[in-house]
Amino acid sequence: MLRYIVRRVLGAIPVLFGLSVILFLFLRLLPGNPAVAILGQHATPQLVAQISSSLGLDKPLYVQYLQYIWQLLHGNFGASFVDGRTVASTFLVRFPATLELTTGAMIFAVGLGIPLGRLAARHPNGWIDGAVTALSLFGISIPIFVLGYTLVFIFGVELHWLPAVGQIDPRLNVNPVTNFSIIDAILSGNVNAVEDAVAHLILPSIALGSIPLAIVTRITRASVIDVSNEDYVRTARAKGLTEKRVDDRHIMRNAWLPVTTVIGLQVGSLLAGAVITETVFVWNGVGSWVVQAIENHDLIVVQSLIMIFAIIFLAVNLLVDIGYAFLNPRIRYS
Amino acid sequence: MTDTLLRVRHLRTYFWTLDGIVKAVDGVNMDIGTGRTLGVVGESGCGKSITALSIMRLIERPGKIVEGSVDLDRTDLLKLSESEMREIRGNAISMIFQEPMTSLNPVFTTGNQIAEAIRLHADIGAREAEDRAVEMLRKVGIPDPERRARQYPHEMSGGMRQRVMIAMALSTYPQLLIADEPTTALDVTIQAQILELMKELREERRMSIMLITHDLGVIAEMADDVVVMYSGKVVETGDVFTIFERPHHPYTQGLLGSLPRIGQRRGRLRVIEGVVPNPLNLPKGCLFARRCPCVMPICEQTPPPFQEVHPGQVSRCWLTPAGTTPAVGMTAPADVAEAEAARMTITADSGRQSATAAQMGEVGR
Ligand SMILES: Nc1ncnc2c1ncn2[C@@H]1O[C@H](COP(=O)(O)OP(=O)(O)O)[C@@H](O)[C@H]1O
Ligand code: SF4
Ligand SMILES: [Mg+2]
Repeated sequence: MLRYIVRRVLGAIPVLFGLSVILFLFLRLLPGNPAVAILGQHATPQLVAQISSSLGLDKPLYVQYLQYIWQLLHGNFGASFVDGRTVASTFLVRFPATLELTTGAMIFAVGLGIPLGRLAARHPNGWIDGAVTALSLFGISIPIFVLGYTLVFIFGVELHWLPAVGQIDPRLNVNPVTNFSIIDAILSGNVNAVEDAVAHLILPSIALGSIPLAIVTRITRASVIDVSNEDYVRTARAKGLTEKRVDDRHIMRNAWLPVTTVIGLQVGSLLAGAVITETVFVWNGVGSWVVQAIENHDLIVVQSLIMIFAIIFLAVNLLVDIGYAFLNPRIRYS
Repeated sequence: MTDTLLRVRHLRTYFWTLDGIVKAVDGVNMDIGTGRTLGVVGESGCGKSITALSIMRLIERPGKIVEGSVDLDRTDLLKLSESEMREIRGNAISMIFQEPMTSLNPVFTTGNQIAEAIRLHADIGAREAEDRAVEMLRKVGIPDPERRARQYPHEMSGGMRQRVMIAMALSTYPQLLIADEPTTALDVTIQAQILELMKELREERRMSIMLITHDLGVIAEMADDVVVMYSGKVVETGDVFTIFERPHHPYTQGLLGSLPRIGQRRGRLRVIEGVVPNPLNLPKGCLFARRCPCVMPICEQTPPPFQEVHPGQVSRCWLTPAGTTPAVGMTAPADVAEAEAARMTITADSGRQSATAAQMGEVGR
């Protein structure tokens, strides 16, 4: 098991290295000079040149790249051109919000997707299955920002059921300790604040979770149907087990395997979706920060954030694969 | 005769497919005596497994048992509620399957799976069930059973897994074991070992076995009684000596003709010319007519009756109990020569048998 983990971690290194090269080149080749972006359209050429050189932008590309990698290897993700703060410090402040949002979306997707998938699998091609299929097609095909604004409009603006934007009502004066709004609300000891933070999380979680929900539902359905046809399920019935026990134990323990893998892969799409969702719901996480950094030509920030997203993605998938190995004895012992 | 443990009557199990209704089991009767082994033979697709699964009431959509009775000790299983039936499954009747490689759940240890069966039908604790599972593994000849009980199926060979299946099936002391081609997927030496094991356990437990196979060698070695199936119907039954010594139905004769001589065990059944009829488009008369060397005009018109040709031997065929054409008038002129020639080849072989039968005074009764 340990060897497996070490092998997987080593395997991630070339991926990250390749990604860093591609990212670096891609962003340097974008039109627009970051120095101009910082100084504004009317800056003098001298000033632009001076800032460019202080940022190291006048050096040959490979030198810039090597410097960048050298810093990265020392855990230094650089600092923003715009406000001078290090990427790491801003990241620590903003990441909890993103983690909260993606967790909410994941709970929504898995918590609803697995029961729906099982329900659909019970009578394949029946009307429930049809309804579930229609729902997941809807979830897959509707863009996040359309769903997001629709949810805001209906439940926030028209019905006033849920707060439309933000993470917590500023009037509650919750002290940001951990930057997780729910945890901070709990720490504040104010029950209303906890309710408020949870209420704020609902709409963005639905918007962000709709695609993973659709995918988890489809995979669960397919996996349960697949496993139901296995010989060992017939063996389980032949023992005299109840249908419920056959389902919960003999089918689900196996059907979980592909679902787990897919859930891991969804983390990538959640991070990508967080960029849009945070912008729609005015959520101060890493996603909206990426958008701001791109608008500001804040190259170092964009580059570092994408790098960090990639590391998170690989790490989560590693965790998922370990979980998979734990669920699947055939992997565990090979 | 011994008393009957399981009595199947007029069993019909149909499948509703997109192309039409498949009558996988079409009016099957069979009796399994207490402590006896019934061999069920027939080519692949003739309805052996579906018969077994119908007895267990494990038929799933699009299949359904449409008619019949399955009496176990005078209780009709087909009339039980689903929860009463669960008390029977894996308890009074256990089943093992053809594919040992896929019949055990890959994510649970073998000990766990056996203990699950034991606890389901006996009121005992988890520890005790696990100990009993280990005992069962020992009983079926698995070396180092304590270690094996903690292993997963994929850590074992096919033969070993089939032993685990047998251990699981027998862990609840069933009255009847249904073994659906238990050795077909195994290689020859392992087959022999598994059959040997089943024999030993049968002697010890005095349990009845329904042994499904398409291998007559296995039947010869294991069975007391034989049911020959063709196209969802029973075409001949009798005790094993009768069936091997003087088979009546041309299909049974064909199966036996394809069997290598004594001493050479394995015989495959596919040697009879032609293929089984399409289940969606069955012929009007005898289902075997298109492949039968003795076919007569009446065979293609009217399904033959299921008649006792000798005491204890029942055959679904128009031929007389002696195996001859019933009446000259029944043979259509066009076919005479051909049918007669075919019949000659059969009777050349069965002539000796008819002679024996005649000596026994059973012909033309
Ligand atoms: N799920 C199913 N759907 C449709 N037809 C089936 C199904 N299962 C079995 N059958 C039909 O039942 C017939 C008998 O099958 P089976 O009992 O498995 O044969 P075998 O004698 O080889 O065990 C097959 O020829 C097939 O046409
Ligand atoms: S009824 Fe006719 S066709 Fe059918 S097996 Fe007998 S002789 Fe052959
Ligand atoms: Mg079969």
